[in-house]
Amino acid sequence: MHRFANPGRFQRLAARLLPWLKGLTALAFLAGLYLALLASPPDYQQGETVRIMYVHVPAAWMALFAYLLLGLASASALVWRHPLADVAAAALSPVGAAFTFIALVTGALWGKPMWGTYWVWDARLTSFLLLFFLYLGHMALLGAFDDRSRGQRSAAVLALVGLINLPIIKFSVDWWNTLHQPASVARFDGPSIDPSMLWPLFTMAAAFHLYLLAAVMERMRTQLLAARLRTQRQARFETWQGEPGA
Amino acid sequence: MNSVETFLAMGGYGAYIWPAYGVALVVLAAIWIDGVWRRREIERQLRALEGQSRSARGRGGIES
Repeated sequence: MHRFANPGRFQRLAARLLPWLKGLTALAFLAGLYLALLASPPDYQQGETVRIMYVHVPAAWMALFAYLLLGLASASALVWRHPLADVAAAALSPVGAAFTFIALVTGALWGKPMWGTYWVWDARLTSFLLLFFLYLGHMALLGAFDDRSRGQRSAAVLALVGLINLPIIKFSVDWWNTLHQPASVARFDGPSIDPSMLWPLFTMAAAFHLYLLAAVMERMRTQLLAARLRTQRQARFETWQGEPGA
Repeated sequence: MNSVETFLAMGGYGAYIWPAYGVALVVLAAIWIDGVWRRREIERQLRALEGQSRSARGRGGIES
């Protein structure tokens, strides 16, 4: 990992990897959509609405995974001042917010025909809505200060405090007796889903993973270019100040 | 009902399934396009700055 700590090296690596990542992401989404919409059977209880799960569940997994990465990046930014950590954190929160939004909306669209309601204030849904606001808060804090490093530090502290929400989301369906069903894939005794439904789920999950990687890499490139722009503007300003008669 | 209509109807749940896929597609595409536009805007400003700057020589151009 240390080999990629150098921003210049990261830029070269990202420029080489991104075209491949984009292609792989598109292929994975095509395969995932084919399996989710055409090649898999309807569920015996949920009927065709099970197809919403192939978007909802991977989006929710990615929303949690991206937040875990945001927490790690924030910790290494605060503790070790890793040069890429703040860049990664700023790149992660908009993508994570997008996954969280997708999970919330697709969940509501599944809930209406299956539970009879778009929304209930149960523990899982409420803690997931909080996750969405944590992402939005992180993005807002980053841009809230004239001094960039102050914004980065406050956003990193918020991200770290928000980590406590992750176990609450994960175990909310076990701790509280709520409407949201417990886990059926990440179980100690193995998944309780038929393979014909696991394949579309895992393919879509792979596509979402690749998308996260590509979108975050793209945004990290932009963050690093923006840092170079700021440095050069500063340098020009200082040159201009130093000129006689200026 | 032909097979396309059957497919679109999704056993009567089409009104929930298609919006779910639609929202996911629109949000993922929007976040992606927003990221690309941001990078292009920064690259444009960098090019403008480095184009007029003498000291930009030797620092390397924009990797795209």
